[in-house]
Amino acid sequence: MQIPYTTTIRPDTGVYNAKLGVWLFLASEIMLFGGLFSAYVFLRMGVPVWPGEINGHLYTSAAEIVSIPLATLNTMILIASSVTMVMSWASLMMDNFARYRLYMGATILLAFGFLVVKAFEYGSKFDHGYFPAESNFLGIYFTLTGLHALHVVGGIIVNGYFFGPGAKMWKTDRARFINRIEIAGLYWHFVDLVWIFLFPTIYLI
Amino acid sequence: MADHAHPPQTGTTPDTDVHGAHDAHGAHHDEPFWRKYIFSTDHKVIGLQYGFTALFFLFFGFCLVMLMRWQLAYPGQPLPLIGGLFGDMRMPGGVMLPEFYNQLGAMHGTIMVFLGIVPLAVGAFGNYVVPLQIGAPDMAFPKLNMASYWAYFVGGVVMLASFFVPAGAAKAGWTSYPPLADIETMGQTMWLLGMVFLITSSLLGGVNFITTVVQLRAPGLSMMRLPFFVWTQLVTAFLLVLAFPPLEAAAVLQLMDRLVGTSFFLPSGLVVSGEVLDIAGGGSPLLWQHLFWFLAHPEVYVLILPAMGIVAEVIANNTRKPLWGYKPMVYATLFLGFMSFIVWAHHMFITGMGTTISSFFQITTMIISIPSVVILSALFISLWGGSIRFTTPMLFALGFLPMFGIGGLTGLPLGLAPTDIPLHDTYYVIGHFHYVVAPGTIMALFAGIYYWYPKATGRKMNDVLGRIHFWGTLIFMNGVFLPMFIQGLAGVSRRLYDGGEIYALSEGVIQYNQFMSISAWLLAVAQIPFIINFFMSIKKGKKIEENPWKATTLEWTTTPSPPIAHGNFVTQPSVYRGPYEYSTPGVAKGFTGQNES
Amino acid sequence: MAEGHSIEDIRKHVRVYMMVFGALAVLTVVTVGVSYLDLPFAPALTLALVIASVKAGLVALYFMHLVSEKKVIFWMLALTFAFFLALILLFIAAKNGHGGSVLVP
Repeated sequence: MQIPYTTTIRPDTGVYNAKLGVWLFLASEIMLFGGLFSAYVFLRMGVPVWPGEINGHLYTSAAEIVSIPLATLNTMILIASSVTMVMSWASLMMDNFARYRLYMGATILLAFGFLVVKAFEYGSKFDHGYFPAESNFLGIYFTLTGLHALHVVGGIIVNGYFFGPGAKMWKTDRARFINRIEIAGLYWHFVDLVWIFLFPTIYLI
Repeated sequence: MADHAHPPQTGTTPDTDVHGAHDAHGAHHDEPFWRKYIFSTDHKVIGLQYGFTALFFLFFGFCLVMLMRWQLAYPGQPLPLIGGLFGDMRMPGGVMLPEFYNQLGAMHGTIMVFLGIVPLAVGAFGNYVVPLQIGAPDMAFPKLNMASYWAYFVGGVVMLASFFVPAGAAKAGWTSYPPLADIETMGQTMWLLGMVFLITSSLLGGVNFITTVVQLRAPGLSMMRLPFFVWTQLVTAFLLVLAFPPLEAAAVLQLMDRLVGTSFFLPSGLVVSGEVLDIAGGGSPLLWQHLFWFLAHPEVYVLILPAMGIVAEVIANNTRKPLWGYKPMVYATLFLGFMSFIVWAHHMFITGMGTTISSFFQITTMIISIPSVVILSALFISLWGGSIRFTTPMLFALGFLPMFGIGGLTGLPLGLAPTDIPLHDTYYVIGHFHYVVAPGTIMALFAGIYYWYPKATGRKMNDVLGRIHFWGTLIFMNGVFLPMFIQGLAGVSRRLYDGGEIYALSEGVIQYNQFMSISAWLLAVAQIPFIINFFMSIKKGKKIEENPWKATTLEWTTTPSPPIAHGNFVTQPSVYRGPYEYSTPGVAKGFTGQNES
Repeated sequence: MAEGHSIEDIRKHVRVYMMVFGALAVLTVVTVGVSYLDLPFAPALTLALVIASVKAGLVALYFMHLVSEKKVIFWMLALTFAFFLALILLFIAAKNGHGGSVLVP
């Protein structure tokens, strides 16, 4: 006996298995980042000055340490990559494999772009002697953005697989391949979503 | 020859293929050993892998506490015969060092909860039984299932390995509270890494279980026709998926504190061994406690719900009548799962929280006792008017009921702050939670093993050995844990290396330590008939006919014992009735399978 | 996907995706702009979270197709959010409720 509803939809629930599976996984990720956000809230509450004192200097706003222009750029990069991701799925739905490749490639490139900007950000922090151990602001900043960046890397690996070797499934099992891209897209949009909350709460407030 | 090792999961074959005699079946016999038994994606094999591994860890965790109980019974005395085996870093001259005692304590808790009970209750029983009970060919994501098992395995190896690093394993309790845990030796880092693997395993497993139960139920198997065991596994899976991640976040933060030097949990001005730590400070030890207990409270329901599910199955089957109050039990389980997320700070009443927030958690904790009582009462009432068969699984299921009752009732004073304040961190707490988990959950898991062993092997376990195992376990578990309430009420603290001997308040109750230790060692002896029975019956057990317990649920009525290797069923079963149609008037054979139209 | 989306349906979706992209870009600018208003902490945080939630909502509803997704997904997410809120709000309440000075963490 085969496992049912791997590609077709189960009538009473209206979803195929992997879609429910990935949303459940995203639910767990919401709680993971939620745990970190709640830690941020807990640590920041009641502190009179935030970021506070680092290396002898008193900082009263995050903008004095982190670069808002760079972070804004990164926000736009991720949002654009979400668009290209959903366009890659839409291209497959319109039976256009070449377009799919284009958009998926763009998504991956934008993701790399995000990481490059991140590398500049981190590098400049380290140059100024801002390490995670120096203060809770930096600790939270590096941990939250670092975990997020790890998720970006994960997305690049998954998307890279579907751009390259995984794309063979387009020929052998079209419907299943489209589903997989939809699932990969859901994960990628979630990565974008986390950043949408990270950006204002860490950089701007 | 192409490797058709797995049933091709392509969309090109019809999904509802009822003509199951695929040639994929024939091709499976070509699977190499490592594919068939080591890296299998078959839920039954994975279930057995989880089962064997978890039973090993339960045994190991039990050994740790048997060692501890020597120190508690005879503080400062050398352990005869084997004391010298532990070396000078742990037991010089056979006398246990406090550092080693603390390792044993922390790892006993960690191993029993995360490497023993949950993998057995969810990984083994859940994996093996749930797909069969819902008429599915496997879990929804077989490869993910395999990954879950191996993540658990790796986590277990890391935890065991931590005993052998310099200064040994984690020793800040299974709760790993900072600041102590933040500055502890390397074993603590390994604990954190091991937990990351275990949490990953549980998350992937939880996703798998929920998708399986929602998506793969057989035609006709509506949610309200599910065996109660499946409901408990479903709610447990939600608890795992949603409650574990904040602990993973906390583990990441503690790893950052330990490895990178952050101060998430370290307050300013912390003094260690007379020196002020050179840290940024500004952190909060309470933050760890909140994040930890946010998981660890739902975790205790992860420990009990599958057990209640097993007991329900065994009781319905051995009273030959439907469960009383199936619907209330289901709603109670759902309500319990939901409430379990908002009671956690009852583990933190002594941290100086304000009265408003304390009242909130006291109220939610009192409320959550209601669904537990509903479920336990329904199980008790299910016995009324039943035609009770005292089979070995039934003995364990019956034993579970009053034991869980004691465990639950003794929790009530702990849920109210005024009574919790003198009892917190005393032996009373240890007594309470062990009653729920040991004569509670573990006895229910034994019931499950005796009940489903014939399904997995085609043979029954020996009943005489089973009865000896039952009585020995019941009596000696009570011997170990009952006196703990007395000691706790007198004020004896937990985690004391000398069992409280140094404090005057222990004077009237310290003598129970010896009694409890001897009970623990006799409890170990009582497990010998079980271990012998378990392995012996694989080859020598009495062979069974198809449905030896005359049960109604799909795992018994639609597939042989052991079940068909891949895909479980020759044809897709359909379900026409509820799960417990026993003794229906007019049905001569006394029960009707769910798949009988 | 066996949902019978025609090419025309997908083209309509694409139009929506582009509009959402535009909205997200604008809202990002607004987010940064608002931060220059130098509001006190509580209103600044609230405003930031509101704008972020609108952006997140757009991504979730349109890019992640939640606007047309089935009940089972929706209810599961609702449950998750309930617990997410419990996590954040109860932590805040607990921190507020702890007696003693700010120095007692």
